[in-house]
Amino acid sequence: MTVVPVRSNHLLYLLPLMTLAILAGFFGWSLVSGRDPASIGSALVGKPAPSLKAPSLRPDEAALSDALLHTGKPALVNFFASWCTPCLAEHPLLERLAKKEGITIIGIAWKNKPEEARGWLKRQGDPFATAGYDLDGSMAVNWGLSGVPETFLIDAHGIVRLHIRAPILEKDVESRILPLLRAGS
Amino acid sequence: MIPELGHYALILALAVALVQASLPLVGAARGDVRLMTLGRTAALTQAALIVLSFAALTEAYVTSDFSVATVVANSHSAKPLLYKISGVWGNHEGSMMLWVLILSVFGAAVALFGENLPDSLRARALAVQAWVGVGFLAFILFTSNPFLRLSPAPPDGNGMNPLLQDPGLAFHPPLLYLGYVGFSVTFAFAIAALIEGRVDAAWARWVRPWTLAAWCFLTLGITLGSWWSYYILGWGGFWFWDPVENASLMPWLVGAALLHSAIVVEKRDALKSWTVLLSILAFSLSLLGTFLVRSGVLTSVHAFAQDPARGMFILAFLVIVIGGALGLYAWRAPTLQPGGRFQPVSREGALIVNNLLLCTLCATVLLGTLYPLFLDLVNGAKVSVGPPFFNTTFVPISFALFAAMCVGPFLGWKRAELWPALVRLRAAFAVAVIGMILAATMIDRHATLAAIAFGFGVWLILASILEFADRTKLGRAPWAETRRRLATLPRASIGMTISHTAVGFVVLGAVATSTWNVELIRTFRIGDSAPFAGWQATLTNVEQVRGPNYDAERATITLTRDGNPYVVLTPERRMFRVQQRETTETSIRTNFLRDVYATLGEGDALKGWTIRLYDNPLAPWIWLGAALCALGGFVSLSDRRLRIGAPKRSRIVAQPAE
Repeated sequence: MTVVPVRSNHLLYLLPLMTLAILAGFFGWSLVSGRDPASIGSALVGKPAPSLKAPSLRPDEAALSDALLHTGKPALVNFFASWCTPCLAEHPLLERLAKKEGITIIGIAWKNKPEEARGWLKRQGDPFATAGYDLDGSMAVNWGLSGVPETFLIDAHGIVRLHIRAPILEKDVESRILPLLRAGS
Repeated sequence: MIPELGHYALILALAVALVQASLPLVGAARGDVRLMTLGRTAALTQAALIVLSFAALTEAYVTSDFSVATVVANSHSAKPLLYKISGVWGNHEGSMMLWVLILSVFGAAVALFGENLPDSLRARALAVQAWVGVGFLAFILFTSNPFLRLSPAPPDGNGMNPLLQDPGLAFHPPLLYLGYVGFSVTFAFAIAALIEGRVDAAWARWVRPWTLAAWCFLTLGITLGSWWSYYILGWGGFWFWDPVENASLMPWLVGAALLHSAIVVEKRDALKSWTVLLSILAFSLSLLGTFLVRSGVLTSVHAFAQDPARGMFILAFLVIVIGGALGLYAWRAPTLQPGGRFQPVSREGALIVNNLLLCTLCATVLLGTLYPLFLDLVNGAKVSVGPPFFNTTFVPISFALFAAMCVGPFLGWKRAELWPALVRLRAAFAVAVIGMILAATMIDRHATLAAIAFGFGVWLILASILEFADRTKLGRAPWAETRRRLATLPRASIGMTISHTAVGFVVLGAVATSTWNVELIRTFRIGDSAPFAGWQATLTNVEQVRGPNYDAERATITLTRDGNPYVVLTPERRMFRVQQRETTETSIRTNFLRDVYATLGEGDALKGWTIRLYDNPLAPWIWLGAALCALGGFVSLSDRRLRIGAPKRSRIVAQPAE
């Protein structure tokens, strides 16, 4: 080939190759990092639980307050609704956690009329130690809720340890919830 | 037995591809004609073997051979024949088979029709094509073999995703792949030219038809995909800026840039290294699209076969092919001799503007598609880049492109005056402004972007027709003169008029549908009636119907105006027996100026059914326009000048027309 004098714009011809190198680096990184592109994560994990203020679902009980999260025992906070089918799917697991494992579960009916939520719990069984409702979803905003069901694990010191943005499954109970609870208590 | 034959043929094809990838290169370097011709023989053999292999796989699907694992996973004996056949490529393994099938058939086409190419250029181009083939064949054989057997064979298959059982989608992947893989030919020619160190008009004449063909098929593929999502997903939209849609849009944009810049190389011997770069990029983006769909690095409604091991293989392949090509480019492109000079205001100048804008649009889409991935990796932040980003970036940039499309064709080669072109366009511009103002009065003032886009759509149609009228002296010379001019008008020029006009129609359709659509979501019991977009919509009946592999609920909705029936819509909800999955079958009635569109949601006789009704003005123009755009490309493709050696002959043929 002919010898070409080196010009200043010579680097320009390398630009596409460099762009590719950067892109490929990112792609390789994303493949080995094992990230799940579908998860949107949670900003709350590792931070103190947001404020818990909700009227109680049960007519004769006092309203829910932050004190419930500082009892020295870990607790689960579960957001649900009577109109939500995935909530029905995870319901037996919650019942098992409450009755067999003796875990405190605080239920919050989200954008759900209290009488409908009450009726639903009567029909499906009530796994909740305490239950409240958040009719307009204003409390859930602080919890970063994107829908129902979502479940938070709060440790004995009131710190959020886990945030599951989906109906909980058997494998979540075995591999995530129970180990954390055992480690915490 | 037959699947084993297919498997064996595929392994042989890999061996032949390795020969095709190596020996012709040696031959071209040494000037050995025998080794160079070997490339042709190998390309034809490779194509024959892959056709055989693909036929074997198709046979397994058609006869429902459930001892083959992919047939079990993706087919079912009760499926209609069309979907048994489309099921071949409706899954990861089969779609890769379709990819290599098209690749090898294109290679064979280059081998067969490339007789008047220089021996060395043809040998090198075929070798580069074979390298791509080797990569994909190895990928299939080592990570995604479609011929694996199951023992014992299950009595029946799992069926195919019901959403994919649709005539539109049966042909969507083949058309898309014809486009993607078509760019592999221009890629091969670009690499061959870089190795030879020569890019000239003859080279451009070879690259342009392949680019055009690939681009036309890609246009049709994207159109069909968009149409499918419009009528099957039941959301009423036509483009969602989904990563997989974007993955097909990027090569389309660069391909459009390439087919314009190839004109400049052909006619003016300029823009050579840029055109070579675009050829590489068009195919690179096609590969990137494949990677994004298959590796699962992005979320999408379309993603199938998300498997990190496969992702790694494709990424490695991507880096070798694209990295090698761009490395070669960085090394050899500076040596390409710059050609003809031209003034900034000229046809060449306008085409450069067009190229820059199309590439900017492509970069915008690339950034919007990959940004969530980058951010997530860098600091773990989860963002989603959606329509708002693209509406504020893509749309305004495309306005500049539309303006260039209006003015550019009026400029002469080498040097031109801008002012006379603008004067020629003044009437069209005035009408467009009136259209824009009319549009603006019909929408609220926040949608100024839509009004401007509407104006550009009108301008584009008028300017394209005006340019055509200018060339044929339509209405300004006797009809005989016009007819004579029309007969001698190059097909490429007619094709341009058709495609540019078509883009105007697409713009009008997209703007009208997204701005003036009327939507009604309501629960209807049988006999219920509600006002909708000037009609009275009534649910008259809901019945059970039984299809070949599904059961369905079919609603009958009557639209009346002042008591006169206008249209009857029959949307369905289908429950597929094998997969136990539901799909919605929308019902669309169109008069080519508006679509009335209905979907049936969940419900029962007691509570009523949720029914969604849409009135989408000008919606059919989006797909008709896009199809017309592809048609313009095909007309241009039929231009004699695109065939090497043809110019002389065409002049002789053109004489009797006088």
